[in-house]
Amino acid sequence: MGLDFTFLPEYAPFLLKGAGIALLVSGVAISLGIIFGLSLCFVVISKNRVLSVLGRIYQSLFRGTPILVQLLVIYYSLPVLGIDAPPLIAAMAALTMNASAFQAEIYRGGFMAIPKGQIEAARVLGIGIWRTRVRILIPQMMRSVIPPLVNDSVSILKNSSLISVIAVVDLMRVSQQIAAVTFRPAEIYIVAGAMYLMMNLVLAWVGRISERRFGRHL
Amino acid sequence: MSFDFNLYVQYGPTLMAGLGFTVYVCALAALIGIVVGMVVAILQGLPVPPLRWVCRGYIEVIRGTPILVQLFIIYYGGPSFGLVLDAETVGIWGLGIYCGAYFAEVFRAGFESVPKGQTEAARLVGLSSARIIFRIKLPQMLILIIPPSINTLIMTIKESAILSIITVPEITKMTIQMVNETYAVFEPYIALAFLYWVIIEIVSRVGRAVEARISYL
Repeated sequence: MGLDFTFLPEYAPFLLKGAGIALLVSGVAISLGIIFGLSLCFVVISKNRVLSVLGRIYQSLFRGTPILVQLLVIYYSLPVLGIDAPPLIAAMAALTMNASAFQAEIYRGGFMAIPKGQIEAARVLGIGIWRTRVRILIPQMMRSVIPPLVNDSVSILKNSSLISVIAVVDLMRVSQQIAAVTFRPAEIYIVAGAMYLMMNLVLAWVGRISERRFGRHL
Repeated sequence: MSFDFNLYVQYGPTLMAGLGFTVYVCALAALIGIVVGMVVAILQGLPVPPLRWVCRGYIEVIRGTPILVQLFIIYYGGPSFGLVLDAETVGIWGLGIYCGAYFAEVFRAGFESVPKGQTEAARLVGLSSARIIFRIKLPQMLILIIPPSINTLIMTIKESAILSIITVPEITKMTIQMVNETYAVFEPYIALAFLYWVIIEIVSRVGRAVEARISYL
């Protein structure tokens, strides 16, 4: 029995819509991850021991357990806690919480690479801690964190296929539905794989471009 | 909301069986992955362009697509190619081929870290290619590849949770079964997260110990 892709055009709109959902959820997780990841990074490197330990525990939890487990825990515990969240929101929350933990570690590495003398010099000049972070540390860190950040974004996009398990109609879920209707799982999953691959290649390409842009002044 | 510890007494054996299966699947998958990764890394270093393209293609495709899609292609799409396998076999081989791509990248970086001059010198004194790899390159790159290899192993353990979706009876599958039978949510999932955390903590500690030992050599 050979492969037969002739039935595909009929289902293309559904696949594209599924890919759109996958991109939307991943995009939200990646962008919110930048904000929360940076905040978490400042928590982890803060001088306050209690805060720092709490931040580390959060990181350890989210980096040390499978994302599928995190997704299931968040989705199924929300109703128990009295929060009625639709699957899409639960999926975004889970991926964002996971991404923040990984991104915080990337930013921590980025900050480590900046010589301590700069922070001391800024302090001597009377520049506040937040101004030092926003104007001196973050701009320099950006270039060195882009390659790991792109790797992490690729993981998030790939992990987003798991949200199909909690009934979000993403590319994976759409593929399963099409496979159930057409009885052609091999073809449909190969196409889904190709679509994920394409999105990841574009992501990597965007990463290379932004790496060049951020590196322009260095 | 109350926390029911009796559930653990009742489901303890089920969870432990799942845990054992997770360890078994991951061990086999990692073994496959290390062998595949080493073969791919060596083939990629040979001066044969088509071979290099095939290896690059394997690495890029596997690392660029979700493992869930790969498992579905083998498990549900397999019969279209005359490949009818049970979930356990698909799980072990799927996970092995998946982590193989990551191991290949780790090993490639390791091989590249050994200066070219050493290979040329070894060839001049008449060492065979196999001897150059095993006696000159591998011992030197070992210390470099251990930390990323441990990371890849940890990733493999975490990805193994996805095998529950194709009904491999590993720990996540067993936990979901427990949730379905008891309607309890917190107790099973907290145990699950804790068990994964324990496995991963053990692996990373063993990794650090191995690393410390090897760096004294």
